[in-house]
Amino acid sequence: MHELAVTSNVLEIALRYAENAQRVRTVRLVIGQLSSMIDDSVQFYWDIIAQGTPAEGSTLVFTRIPAVLACQACGEQYPIASRYDLTCPACGGMRVHVIAGEEFYVESIEVEDATDDHSDSRVGEDSQRE
Amino acid sequence: MTTQIPVLEKIHSANDRIAAANRAALDAAGVFALNFMASPGAGKTSLVEQTVTRLAENVRVGMINGDIATSLDAERAQLAGATAVQINTGGDCHLDAVMLAQALPALDLHTIDLLIVENVGNLICPANFSLGTHQNVLIASIPEGADKPYKYPGMYRGVDVLVINKIDLLPYVPFDMEFFRKGVEILNPGVTIFPLSCVTGEGVEAWIEWLLTQVKH
Repeated sequence: MHELAVTSNVLEIALRYAENAQRVRTVRLVIGQLSSMIDDSVQFYWDIIAQGTPAEGSTLVFTRIPAVLACQACGEQYPIASRYDLTCPACGGMRVHVIAGEEFYVESIEVEDATDDHSDSRVGEDSQRE
Repeated sequence: MTTQIPVLEKIHSANDRIAAANRAALDAAGVFALNFMASPGAGKTSLVEQTVTRLAENVRVGMINGDIATSLDAERAQLAGATAVQINTGGDCHLDAVMLAQALPALDLHTIDLLIVENVGNLICPANFSLGTHQNVLIASIPEGADKPYKYPGMYRGVDVLVINKIDLLPYVPFDMEFFRKGVEILNPGVTIFPLSCVTGEGVEAWIEWLLTQVKH
């Protein structure tokens, strides 16, 4: 169980990039199959630890990347999911590269700009439109 | 108005920074450090005992033991002659760089040559958290079965050295060594492998010789 530690790291990163933004609405994570196991329960921890921060109430969005091997001999690319044979299915080659599945990073955040709540600036925009 | 802010920062970047600081502290003291990872019962502590006993003449060994609870393993290492420090993770499934950073001051690094960090028994999470040690050592064992590289590719990919323990059980346990090694070779080509038995002592000498080439005196 290390979801809480992972979630704390994500929060620290998100708040650092959010800087002066009023609110963080969405945090997008890219998680490869070969990287740390974290599942959707992370949202549960997130809801708790983000309380009282600009990220309170925000949503975590996961992009999950399946692990893919590429054969160095023939270039064939194939998934490793549920296979007990990791050799190249095209040529039987044993020298492979992992080309996807090791990702584990915060891709982007979506924030509401600090000016959003300033009603006077909104009035200003409205009057300009009129 | 909402704005997308690109981040592209590794989730473990804070851990990795602390791991780098741990590495610097170890290097400054001339300590060679290993991160022992394995499933529970594979023989991590038995290998620590063998290592400490056989190196006693030449190399001073320190040990940091990570467990969810109890200090039984640290006590075993101490009995064998190591300077041992216990970390109880209180439920966490792995050690991370912060835990190691907190434990290091309990050891006088200048009085040891080799540090063995025994991680929590688990084939999944420990591989994802750098500690700052020099080499990751995975201790596999015959009774676990030959399918483990295929089931835990993240762990088998992330190690520098693979010990295959309990080879004395090969006559009694079905274990397809060729199938096992094929999975290892694909995931981690060229990884250094030591088949051995901590019970009979077979193969331990090669492991010790390798260690002696790594440790600075």
